[in-house]
Amino acid sequence: MTSDNQSNEIAPLTDPGIPAHLHRKSDLDPKAAKKAERQVGILFIISALGTILFIYSYTFMSEKIFIFLPVLGNSNAKQLFLGLGMAISLFFIGMGAVHWAKTLMPDNEVVAQRHELRSEEVDREDFVKTVKEGAAAAGLGRRSIIKRTLGVALGLSGLTPLLLLRDLGPLPKDDFSKTSWEAGTRLVTDPGDRPIKPSDLEIGAVAQVLPELPAGKERKLEDIGKDAVLLIRIRPAEFQLDAERLSWTHEGIIAFSKICSHMGCAVALYEQTTKHLLCPCHQSTYDVTRAAKVIFGPSARPLPQLALALDAEGYLVAKQPFTEPVGPSFWERDSS
Amino acid sequence: MSKSERVAGTVANYVDERTGAAKWLKKNLNKVFPDHWSFMLGEIALYSFIILLLTGTFLTFWYDPSMQEVEYEGSYQPLSGLKMSAAYASTLHISFDIRGGLLMRQIHHWAALLFMVAIVVHLLRVFFTGAFRKPREFNWILGIGLLTLGIVEGFLGYSLPDDLLSGTGIRIAEAIIQAIPVVGSYLAYFVFGGPFPGEVFIPRIYTVHILLLPGIFLALITAHLMLVWYQKHTQYPGPGRTEKNVVGYPLMPVYMAKAGGFFFIVFGFTAFLGAVASINPIWLFGPYTPAQITAGSQPDWYMGWLDGLVRMAPPLETHAFGHTISWNILIPALIIPGILFTGMALYPFIESWMTGDKREHHLLDRPRNAPNRTALGAMSLTFVLVTLLNGGNDLLATHFGLTINQIMWFSRIGVLVLPPIAFVITKRICLSLQRSDRELVLHGKETGRLVMLPHGEFIEIHEELSPEKKWTLTAHEQLPPLEIAQENQAGVRNPKGLRAKLQQYASKSHQEQIEKPSAKDVLELGDGRH
Repeated sequence: MTSDNQSNEIAPLTDPGIPAHLHRKSDLDPKAAKKAERQVGILFIISALGTILFIYSYTFMSEKIFIFLPVLGNSNAKQLFLGLGMAISLFFIGMGAVHWAKTLMPDNEVVAQRHELRSEEVDREDFVKTVKEGAAAAGLGRRSIIKRTLGVALGLSGLTPLLLLRDLGPLPKDDFSKTSWEAGTRLVTDPGDRPIKPSDLEIGAVAQVLPELPAGKERKLEDIGKDAVLLIRIRPAEFQLDAERLSWTHEGIIAFSKICSHMGCAVALYEQTTKHLLCPCHQSTYDVTRAAKVIFGPSARPLPQLALALDAEGYLVAKQPFTEPVGPSFWERDSS
Repeated sequence: MSKSERVAGTVANYVDERTGAAKWLKKNLNKVFPDHWSFMLGEIALYSFIILLLTGTFLTFWYDPSMQEVEYEGSYQPLSGLKMSAAYASTLHISFDIRGGLLMRQIHHWAALLFMVAIVVHLLRVFFTGAFRKPREFNWILGIGLLTLGIVEGFLGYSLPDDLLSGTGIRIAEAIIQAIPVVGSYLAYFVFGGPFPGEVFIPRIYTVHILLLPGIFLALITAHLMLVWYQKHTQYPGPGRTEKNVVGYPLMPVYMAKAGGFFFIVFGFTAFLGAVASINPIWLFGPYTPAQITAGSQPDWYMGWLDGLVRMAPPLETHAFGHTISWNILIPALIIPGILFTGMALYPFIESWMTGDKREHHLLDRPRNAPNRTALGAMSLTFVLVTLLNGGNDLLATHFGLTINQIMWFSRIGVLVLPPIAFVITKRICLSLQRSDRELVLHGKETGRLVMLPHGEFIEIHEELSPEKKWTLTAHEQLPPLEIAQENQAGVRNPKGLRAKLQQYASKSHQEQIEKPSAKDVLELGDGRH
């Protein structure tokens, strides 16, 4: 740093300059240099051995051998030695090259000068002049018709790629608010697709159910993503529900959408003692006894409850569709 | 002339006569780079990227980017006969039926994690040493762009196997898109080609993951490196190092050997990790279905802070006029990250506004000599660390016998309270270190050797620093704070008003320093050091 760019007036210490070069052993002693050369050679040979290990493992080793390693547990020997062979083969090429550079290549520090990036004043002025002359020659400032129509044309052409992306997907319409549940839809087990009687569930039991498929229809993942319901049975006395919600339960069996009302993960953790449902993604916690009220975590809404009833044969069915959209919030959701 | 020299001469001649490159090559092969371990961090990021390209290409030979339902018939017995997407089945195929396939998958994943670690640590090095200052602001912004793309690219790659864990990640991403006011539902339908998960998502993100983003990466990395080349590398202060020179070693042969060798070391290291450390064992998670989930769902670490923010968000939603706005998603997942990344990108300009310094800088700052910047960095890091911890709150809870509630409340309060505390403490520490540097220069190093003087007094011998060390500790400049007139002589208030006041305040805070020893100070003390 020179004193002219030193902003405070106190004189700085003087720069002693680059320290004198200290020679390495291998610079002075041919024996040491020879030794370093041998070391580099050994490193490269270790690399070659690694490649041989790789080839051997790839070609001859059985896939069925497992060996136990401390900390890592059981490892597949073939996979392990393939990897170790490759690691050794690559790593020691690098080590050899670096050791070579450090011991045998010149280690004299070199000084190069910097130049300010800013161009010479003359060039800068010339540049500005060129731009100005070029712009004047095009005459965009004077020819207002060209300027305006060009603006319109460029602006409109920007719509083309946007419009082309339109067919990426259909419009959502009211899909977000609909599920396959309708009045009278039977609850069936997942997996198994068997209808459920109340007697199938003991107190404390929990089961994942889906709506029964109409004949000939196939279940898609996107249906499961909205239809999945969790069935839980507790003692009826433990419910703290209003009359309407209580009438949606059946002999202590209550059903909630399994799709988290926060970000759509499966609310899969049920704690039997506290009657809490927990979403493992962001730990939103719902109280089953109080209509899945949010008691902890980032979720802002209870899980939608599905009204239950029995059909003529005594199987559990939905009394009505969900009364609100399931899953995470969206702009068009009417939550009032 | 030896035979190899003759061959080299012939090749050089052949190339030069067709390109005229001799002059340019001569200059650039002798290009000087300064040496410091912290300059290798960006290199690690570059090499991880090359490793990702190589291993990624290998994986594309067998990976099938399709959500078509197939029945698994491969050699992994526990999943035999199960219905799953072709993407998941082909990932299992790579893992179990292609020799070295699992190794390549694991190297690819480890290299991706290393890529992100290297980018972040490189960014911290550049930030704390002030390497982003003029003329390197563009390169700083390119770097922030690479970091952002890296997060996206990593997330998409993580999603491709279409296992239960990655599908859950996509489900959350869909909920974020869906939460965007007005256009959210439409965007979600366009991205997924209809309701989630649909059948087009995997092939779409595959194109983005292996073509679009790597292409942009290549372009940005090239620009990033060309700027480093053209502007010449920064260097740490030291004897003989000035703003006008670069002290180091020439590209040929020293850096070619070192950097080339280092590439193999990084590749070997990731191969070692891929060999011994299992990562993302997708066969244990099973195929994705929206109704199932694994406990302890965790994203990769570079997404952990985002997830942690989402987890700690208070349950806020606005319901009005038949519409819903999910603040509990928008704020942590879009607004805060947006503010963080914009702030980060703009920081070089903010600092130059605070200091009023518009000059070129090629000598790096020791972090202690820029206390305010270092403290700001520590503050931001603390924020991200608290959110990252909360991103693993379920794991912390099970490992340390805490409840989720305790960790969540600690994070909710900590994320607001701890960063300012970190700022104050870091700034104090920096100033103390400056004081200690001053002591060292003026009074030398304590040797611990006690000497009894003839009249019975004990003193400790202080050893004077070498001139080189003294220079290194005092080479930095200390600018005075800006003097911004709040009103002119006629008593008219500065038209910039509040902005001028703010700049004055920021400048004062930024230039808080312990005065470094001057030549005069050293002289005055003379030999009387003790």
